[in-house]
Amino acid sequence: MEAGRAFPGYEEIQPAPGFEEIHILWTSEGMSCDGDTVSITAAQLPRIEDVVNGNIPGLPKVHLHNKVLSPTLGGDEFLAPFFAAARGELDAPFIFVVEGSIPNEQINGDGYWTSMGNDPTTGEPLTLNWWIDQLAPKAWAVVAAGTCATYGGIHAMAGNPTGCMGLADYLGWEFRSAGGLPIVNVPGCPVQPDNFMETLTWVLYQAAGLAPVIPLDEHLRPQWLFGKTVHEGCDRAAYYEQADFAHDYNSPKCQVKIGCWGPVVNCNVTKRGWMDGLGGCPNVGGICIGCTMPGFPDRFMPFMDAPPGGSLSSMLLRPYGPFIRAMRGITNKGANREPRWRHNRPELTSGYEPRWGNTRGN
Amino acid sequence: MATTRERIEPEQRNLVEMSWDPITRIVGNLGIYTKIDFDNREVVECKATSSLFRGYSVFMKGKDPRDAGFITSRICGICGDNHTVCSVYAQNMAYGIRMTPLAEHIFNLGEAAEYMFDHTIFQDNLVFVDFCEQMVKDTNPSVLAKAEQADAPHADVHGYRTIADIMRACNPFTGELYKESLVQSRITREMFCLMEGRHVHPSTLYPGGTGTVATPQVFTDYLSRLIHVADFVKEVVPLNDDLFDFFYEALPGYEEVGRRRVLLGCWGAFQDAQACDYRYEHMTDWGRKMKVTPGVVVDGELVTTDLVEINLGMRILLGSSYYDDWAGEEMFVPRDPLGNPVDRRHPWNQTTLPHPQKRDLQGGNYSWVMSPRWEAGRGEPPLALDTGGGAFARLYATALAGIVDEPFVKAPGDGTVQIHLPKTPGRAEQTLVWRIPQWSNAIERDRARAYFIAYGAAMAFGFVEKALAEVRKGQTKTFTDFEVPDEAIGCGFHEAVRGVLSHHLVIRDKKIANYHPYPPTPWNGSPTDSNGVLGPYEDAVKGTPIFEENGPESFRGVDIMRAVRSFDPCLPCGVHMYLGKGRTLKKVHQPMFGAVH
Repeated sequence: MEAGRAFPGYEEIQPAPGFEEIHILWTSEGMSCDGDTVSITAAQLPRIEDVVNGNIPGLPKVHLHNKVLSPTLGGDEFLAPFFAAARGELDAPFIFVVEGSIPNEQINGDGYWTSMGNDPTTGEPLTLNWWIDQLAPKAWAVVAAGTCATYGGIHAMAGNPTGCMGLADYLGWEFRSAGGLPIVNVPGCPVQPDNFMETLTWVLYQAAGLAPVIPLDEHLRPQWLFGKTVHEGCDRAAYYEQADFAHDYNSPKCQVKIGCWGPVVNCNVTKRGWMDGLGGCPNVGGICIGCTMPGFPDRFMPFMDAPPGGSLSSMLLRPYGPFIRAMRGITNKGANREPRWRHNRPELTSGYEPRWGNTRGN
Repeated sequence: MATTRERIEPEQRNLVEMSWDPITRIVGNLGIYTKIDFDNREVVECKATSSLFRGYSVFMKGKDPRDAGFITSRICGICGDNHTVCSVYAQNMAYGIRMTPLAEHIFNLGEAAEYMFDHTIFQDNLVFVDFCEQMVKDTNPSVLAKAEQADAPHADVHGYRTIADIMRACNPFTGELYKESLVQSRITREMFCLMEGRHVHPSTLYPGGTGTVATPQVFTDYLSRLIHVADFVKEVVPLNDDLFDFFYEALPGYEEVGRRRVLLGCWGAFQDAQACDYRYEHMTDWGRKMKVTPGVVVDGELVTTDLVEINLGMRILLGSSYYDDWAGEEMFVPRDPLGNPVDRRHPWNQTTLPHPQKRDLQGGNYSWVMSPRWEAGRGEPPLALDTGGGAFARLYATALAGIVDEPFVKAPGDGTVQIHLPKTPGRAEQTLVWRIPQWSNAIERDRARAYFIAYGAAMAFGFVEKALAEVRKGQTKTFTDFEVPDEAIGCGFHEAVRGVLSHHLVIRDKKIANYHPYPPTPWNGSPTDSNGVLGPYEDAVKGTPIFEENGPESFRGVDIMRAVRSFDPCLPCGVHMYLGKGRTLKKVHQPMFGAVH
């Protein structure tokens, strides 16, 4: 795929005035596994400690507030800057990072699906959704880390009980932060470590007034990271070209017939590897299950079966390349579409049914 | 830090309610709510609550069972691979697969790297912040003064002259050990990626084996990193001993912090490539041959090492959780494949019925975590086993069983585990000996973690040899094909980094009819159950003495946090602790790294 169109309004965004200090308020209390936070501790390009310790020339001074990495003991100590930001009293602008999908809190009566801390006056849990409502409009920039936060991901699978969705489904795709930016989406389950840190670094340079507006595609992903497909970067693609396919997972050849969705998935993992060029997905024997995509996971399941388009395109491969590109364009559009049950209406439409007898035949 | 306080006076005690919610430096969503008697310097009551529900058991119903390993990895963002591996084990049983020895070695190498990575980053970058100079200065200045004067017994090995120097090395983001551990945690993750493709959700594991391309290169790349990691391990184990032994000396009575009855579960790790055929009928035998011995330890005695017995003893109780009971629902597995009756409260027979509701800490429901327990048949209610944060129970069970006899790790049956690390670039060969300690407490859970990093490294040396031997013989098959049966059941037992992990699977019409993963945190972080039995965090924090020098007004709760973090809480698997509800009397400003609020 060629890089997608930029999001509407891209040209009108004003450059940042050049902040010298900035807070990063990072919540992972969405429906998440905290895997994106853990993933960024693996990043080497750049390392999180180099960003926090001011070792990258030109970046503003960064104050990181992330639950897993926080030196505080928790509770009020940890929440103080979040509450200050909610009151509009933080001493510097902030980037709001959201990790995890956003549950639908309109469907569960007196209960809640996920919370972060308590309301100081009532002692009741403060839901993640409350925090988002408070912080997102006040943030200079909002960044969604990982596929759960960007598009809904695993927890928004068909049959889920929580009605969860991506951040843009919750805030609206037209949302703009206090800095005039749309949500910056960095998908991946989890985020490829360096992809996230590189994006964050761009946003920080932008905050410092040293970089132009981050170029995002229509799904709000950084264009330079998600403009190509897994297949286009895969070192097994030559086998595909020769119509020489793996028939089980012992083979080092192209895996499209045993479940790899690489040809229609926007991701650079095969180029970049997982850590500093090492590991990855189909390049090292792991089928692409589409984990960066808005349609993940439902549009790619069952993961270990050949994608419907895969067999067709591999059959027609030799005679007609341009036809395949067109077909893939159609499948790529589907993979880039979220299922319709991800919404913030006060109803649950995921097909939730906790008893086996009624799930049969799904 | 404490958010609320309120005076109540049962039995003439002045109790102050204090809560920490969310708990930092753990993975996931946990709150701790306590009542503290400051006059007598003791925690009197504790409730643990998780405020997160995602519903894996619910949305996996009706899905293709082959997807289970990919999906369940997403339960946990730090040890997701443990779930994939456990799911593969359960699926192998259900599909009747035996994996090739090379595939088993690749799984074991990946998991060994995971233990090394995860224990390192959790210990040095999260736990040690509670023991660092900045924290000790703020909570126990007199202890820091002592540490400045205390020579580190192993200074010649790790290079820090005094205990205070070690504490300074642990300061977040700036300390030498803190920074070096981040670097080491990346090298071990690279080793992991060589075997399992990606961290934390692996790409190359499938039921039946792995797609990892088993060339000499992949194992050599792993070994070349391992030898340097082993240098680091040889330095940090004695450093841990120095730091923890100092706390016992400097604060007499510190052994009571986080102490509870010795009630430990370990479900075993590292399959024996020759013995494991994944048949339930043979599980007793191949379970005992795992390279970390499964076992249940009650009051210091090994009750069983039999995975079938362990399996049948599992009970999932409610009592304080936001779910409806499943007593009237379908029994999926009335008997196991050996003909033993399976309890209605066993994971195979569980139906998860979430019921969101208001949190009620005064005798009602307060957590999204259920209460897994183990029926020991000893005339007491099912036991609230803990995992000791994983490493502690693994070493304890392995030491008591005295079965493991590998080239680099031996359990001779004398209450020790002997971990041999060969000569590596910076250090001579070395044997580290872990001994069963007197207590199950915060310090010993933390100490065991360091030793298990060494255990993982030593095992990895052995697995690399075995894997390369297969490759040299030309036996490079890593995947065994299979068909999904119409109807089947399976179970997998494994050790997640922080403790016991099981997956129970029921297949009907080639679809998932029931799937229940039980990771360590539901065991450790469970709320009080229907029999009134406290969950392990609650139990361990209750009765914990307070050593912090700050009074109630500036109390930070470091002893309580050390007790809780010693279990290596990982709440996406589910926990939240609650300490009581009251009015806010005062907001207290605390020094925080990178923050001014």
